[in-house]
Amino acid sequence: MTDHSLLQEEGMYSGHVGCPGCGATVAMKFALRALGEKTMLVIPACCWAIVAGAHPQTSLKVPVLHTAFETAGAAASGLRAALDMQGDTDTTVVAWAGDGGTFDIGFQALSGAVERNEDFIYVCYDNEAYMNTGVQRSSSTPFGARTTTTPGRGWKQTRKKNIVEALAAHRIPYAATASIAYPDDLMRKFRKAAALKGGSRFIHVYATCPTGWRVPSEMCIKTARLAVQTRLFPLYEVEDGHRYTLNLDPDPPKPVRDYMAVQGRFKHLTDADYEQIQEMVDEDWGLLKRKIGAFGNPDAA
Amino acid sequence: MKTVLEGSHAVSEAVRMARIQVMSAYPITPQTHIVEALSEYVAEGRMDARFICVESEHSAMAAVIGAASGGVRTFTATSSHGLALMHELLHWSSAARLPIVMAEVNRALGPGWNIWMDQTDSLAQRDTGWIQLYVEDAQEALDTTLQGFHLAESINLPVMVVLDAFFLSHTYEPVDLPEQADVDRFLPALKPRIRLDTRTPFAMSQMAPPGVYMEMRRDIQSAMERAPDHFARTEVAFEKVFGRRYGAVEAVACEDAEVILVMTGTAASTCRQVVEDLRSEGEKIGMLKLKMFRPFPVNAIRKLLGDARKVAVVDRNFSFGASGIFAQEIRAALCNHPNHPPVFGYIAGLGGRDITPDTLKEIYRMTRDTDHPQAESVWVGLTTEKESR
Repeated sequence: MTDHSLLQEEGMYSGHVGCPGCGATVAMKFALRALGEKTMLVIPACCWAIVAGAHPQTSLKVPVLHTAFETAGAAASGLRAALDMQGDTDTTVVAWAGDGGTFDIGFQALSGAVERNEDFIYVCYDNEAYMNTGVQRSSSTPFGARTTTTPGRGWKQTRKKNIVEALAAHRIPYAATASIAYPDDLMRKFRKAAALKGGSRFIHVYATCPTGWRVPSEMCIKTARLAVQTRLFPLYEVEDGHRYTLNLDPDPPKPVRDYMAVQGRFKHLTDADYEQIQEMVDEDWGLLKRKIGAFGNPDAA
Repeated sequence: MKTVLEGSHAVSEAVRMARIQVMSAYPITPQTHIVEALSEYVAEGRMDARFICVESEHSAMAAVIGAASGGVRTFTATSSHGLALMHELLHWSSAARLPIVMAEVNRALGPGWNIWMDQTDSLAQRDTGWIQLYVEDAQEALDTTLQGFHLAESINLPVMVVLDAFFLSHTYEPVDLPEQADVDRFLPALKPRIRLDTRTPFAMSQMAPPGVYMEMRRDIQSAMERAPDHFARTEVAFEKVFGRRYGAVEAVACEDAEVILVMTGTAASTCRQVVEDLRSEGEKIGMLKLKMFRPFPVNAIRKLLGDARKVAVVDRNFSFGASGIFAQEIRAALCNHPNHPPVFGYIAGLGGRDITPDTLKEIYRMTRDTDHPQAESVWVGLTTEKESR
């Protein structure tokens, strides 16, 4: 049965121009449900700069400020300041950027903004490459992936940048991961972030890109879920840069190969490669568990 | 009230009295005194504004773009490499039709590192859609900053107030400091034509396909074409309150001049003296001071220079592979005027080198004694004749 009350709360119109099975649109849909209409989005160059629609149309029911690629952190700071100066402290300013605009070209502006502890939520919807320009590698592209700039035998041989740890190192009030496959957890985090007014909040959303990852569109959510179930993408929160909370412990985890084997971008990998990647995932998980053990949040549910 | 102010602080005072609400800047010599003073005003509570201390000039412009999109009066300041770093967002802010005002202190670009006066930084931004106003002294810097907000908000284009490094930014001069009530009368609170609002959601600066882009660009040019008239109206309103006006261009002793020097910035002050000195010796010299560079005041230029005998443009800037930038623009403005005068181009005072009265007298004599320009540009005051390769 259709829940009409939920439909009323949708922040997106039907008819966006994302690819079929786009994880980034799923992320937006749930994020806006949690954030509500008193929200302004700042969107730099990324897939969402297109998905939101061309002039004079928009696929979003909230105001959107489109900005240049590397500016989300700074433009959102300016918009926040303008609202504050006009006495509007209710509206939540949300920078909504892809991994290129966050991990790479926008990292400086983001670092500057969160060092100032700007009062906004910065969301990185991460599809692990420059998908909008045709699947070029970013510093979020994982070890082992083929992209159009890491093609053939030149597949990416370095690790994905750990953006949440980089943001936590700025000691911001709230940094969290979220996944489109876990909408309740994702919406809870957006509500929590929205309630934590007064400082910088960062949410790293894992968002499948069927086009770039070469998975069937109907595998969008399942692929994202496998990333969590294999411990490749842990769901956790870091408050004030040091209070860690693990939200889900997949025990026992699935082998990372289960996640990677469904995607065309990894199909060249050998057994030895998979072993190496499994070791990396295990190592990262161990490191996270040590932080949670050492700095875990005793108040966490 | 007459007081003595550093050129930079004349700008700061204007920005304070303009009651801007959000500013953002990044340190670069010789701009820093402007925003240091503004920081103090905010810290002391003399201004009700937010100063966003960003990590680069690029972010400074991005922050004021964000703030202006939110509907408040905004300001930033920079120089040289900082302006070059902003380049992308200069295009962005004008195309977004945001009435941002920026003070730009002309400084040379490296390498070699050079913090001194040179106009190539601002002139290299000529195609970005910003109105550019060049000022001569501290009073004009203060007045033009106030006028800048008035003009920017009347046509929704950003305005760059351009002042010379050190010769103006770090020089103390007597300045008539306006009363706040008078400034409020001239410049009421901003009523933004566009601003983001959750009650009426829309998308700003979104994708513009071929079917709409060209019209958007045409609209920017339409606004630019209206800018000289709007500036004249701004000046009328300003004069009514403060009793001063400058003009987009100013002609000094041009009526019977054999040679008219085209000047900008503080060098125009030096030229005023040279005109006086040489006129007393019977020389027929005149000066055209160019204040407005974008939009280029073509009609005024044609009217004042079209029938002149000889025009000598003094450029404190250079476009490699071409010539001095003001000379290019003057030539382009005159080329369709019948029987237009020869335009002599002189390059002087790059990277902070002085332009002295003797420099200008030499330029005058060279022009007077030559029938037609022998080169697109003559470099004046070089210490070595032969270039190293």
